[in-house]
Amino acid sequence: MSIIVFTRSTPDTAAKVEVDGSGNVTWGDAATVVNPWDEYALEEGIVQAKNGGGKASVIAIGGEMHNDALKHSLAMGLDQAIRVEDDALDASDALAYATAASAAVKKVDDAKLVIFGKESIDVGTDQHAYMTARKLGWTMLSYVSQIIEVDYEAGTIKVEKMYEQGKQVVTSQLPAVITVMKEINEPRYPSFIGIRKASKAQIPVWSLADLGISAPTAKTQTLAFNNLPAREVKTEMIEGEPEEQARILVDKLLEEKVL
Amino acid sequence: MVLPKATAINLFNPFTEEHEMFRKSVRAFVEKEIRPHVDEWEEAEIAPLHELFKKMGELGFLGLNYPEKYGGAEADIWFTVVFAEELARAGAAGIPMATLVHTDMATPALARHGSEELKERYLMPAIRGEMVSAIAVTEPDAGSDVARIKTRAERDGDDYIINGSKLYITNGTQADWLCLLARTSPGDDYQGMSLIIVPTDTPGFTISKKLKKLGNHSSDTAFLTFEDVRVPVSNRIGEEGFGFYYQMEQFQVERLVGALGGVAGAELVVRDTIAYCQERHAFNKPLIASQWIQFKLAELLTEIEATRQLNYLCAAKIEAGEDNMEVTRIASMCKLKAGRLMREVADTCLQFYGGMGYMEETPISRYFRDARLTSIGGGADEVMLGIIAKLENMNPR
Repeated sequence: MSIIVFTRSTPDTAAKVEVDGSGNVTWGDAATVVNPWDEYALEEGIVQAKNGGGKASVIAIGGEMHNDALKHSLAMGLDQAIRVEDDALDASDALAYATAASAAVKKVDDAKLVIFGKESIDVGTDQHAYMTARKLGWTMLSYVSQIIEVDYEAGTIKVEKMYEQGKQVVTSQLPAVITVMKEINEPRYPSFIGIRKASKAQIPVWSLADLGISAPTAKTQTLAFNNLPAREVKTEMIEGEPEEQARILVDKLLEEKVL
Repeated sequence: MVLPKATAINLFNPFTEEHEMFRKSVRAFVEKEIRPHVDEWEEAEIAPLHELFKKMGELGFLGLNYPEKYGGAEADIWFTVVFAEELARAGAAGIPMATLVHTDMATPALARHGSEELKERYLMPAIRGEMVSAIAVTEPDAGSDVARIKTRAERDGDDYIINGSKLYITNGTQADWLCLLARTSPGDDYQGMSLIIVPTDTPGFTISKKLKKLGNHSSDTAFLTFEDVRVPVSNRIGEEGFGFYYQMEQFQVERLVGALGGVAGAELVVRDTIAYCQERHAFNKPLIASQWIQFKLAELLTEIEATRQLNYLCAAKIEAGEDNMEVTRIASMCKLKAGRLMREVADTCLQFYGGMGYMEETPISRYFRDARLTSIGGGADEVMLGIIAKLENMNPR
């Protein structure tokens, strides 16, 4: 039985991400980190593989920058890492990603569960998991805050899903694709031993030919990146006694339709 | 003195991908497991070291230099450099100090000269983070002048009976064992001292007082008393009478890690101050527009970079296995320079923060208190100068 987690490297959350003069997205020389939402997916992959007596694999789709996230994953304790890279994926969108991701899942022996973080902090489309499930024809369970039970023999999974309005417990069929919330676990830190193992690991790279698929066609096209327009902030000091200041403030808030 | 070429080139960037991964891991740990609690620990004047060290031990942070057979990582010195630099992000110097006392001050002599039995009983649990350790050298009448210590360990059959007291002992109120320097034969010179492991649950051992300090509040400091404390002779580290020399060896890494953390912390403070001076306006312009402030901060960053490279030189010499006297000479320079620089950074940056910096809620005020210790602990600046002068043969002709 195999569990597969998808991850990617993203700019550090503290990095200043902007569009440079050439229209490219840049974050200077700031380091990349494993997509913070994926850390919960990776932790859950390790736990579920251990509980089920299986193997946890991690896959990233994209260029060499994603090796950082894969090595981080190995250092946390995942059993193997794979990177999918192909020139034909350079201009890919979520649908093309899902086409490659689903083919990669099929190439891993006996995959029963695929785990994604809730979203990625860079592109944030929140579509990759759903499209991958659709391409695989597997059950899709989103916003999972707890995996209550997995029965590989019966082929069922019972999870708690989290919504703004409350929680929902669902039992569904395996194989399944799930997205996980941060409430699901407390991700471990890479240990020294894990780091040492990870740094020595050779990460195989699969091409689309290795996956046995032709170049997926992107349905969306990125025309340009633009910086957000600068916000104009005006500061006005309100004079007078506290009661008077409060009255003027409320009037202004009503005037601006804030209240 | 001249470094082999390969080492000199590596000094430019001694860190590999593995070191950088380790840096990320320690940084994340400090960010999530230490920083959110630091204010509470500062207020309580103690940190829960058993809980904290257990977590660090599980991640392999506490035995970086030590052999794998004792649970260590057998890693090169640059992992220790990374660890000391990242701990400096804790938000209070007390936590790095408590941790580095455990990893690089109380345990090196035990790891290098201790018997197998001692290592199994005390080093291995310390590396796993199951035991907290402390180094007990200073006494009411003997600080930097270590040769004047009076605590005695007298032979009684297969035991030592220990009497005396130790002062300013970091981790002293919660340590499970002490690496104690005691006099095992009469006299008042460097000869006749031994390092002995003393479990703190031994009858006759008392924590006489938890001491209040100017800074490093999150680290507990104690006055300890020994009254007929009986420990087996087998608890002695190495040879009898060699304690002073073992301790002097042990001091070198202590001085280097102190300097490394000091420089890393100083840089954070200067960079925070730059950001503050860019935001803060006075006389219709940001403070940073003042060339005086720009130049002072630029000068501090220059000093910081220079001191960091001196620290890295010391680390490279340790890694290259250079002779102890040479390591001692450079380590003494590192600590001297780092201590003085930290004081300058604290004073200059506090001045630029103005009244806000004098408020307890502003981190610079804590730094101002904490930074003062490096010039005192682990051998005062004057002791460092004395060592450097001696090793540079400045004796009268």
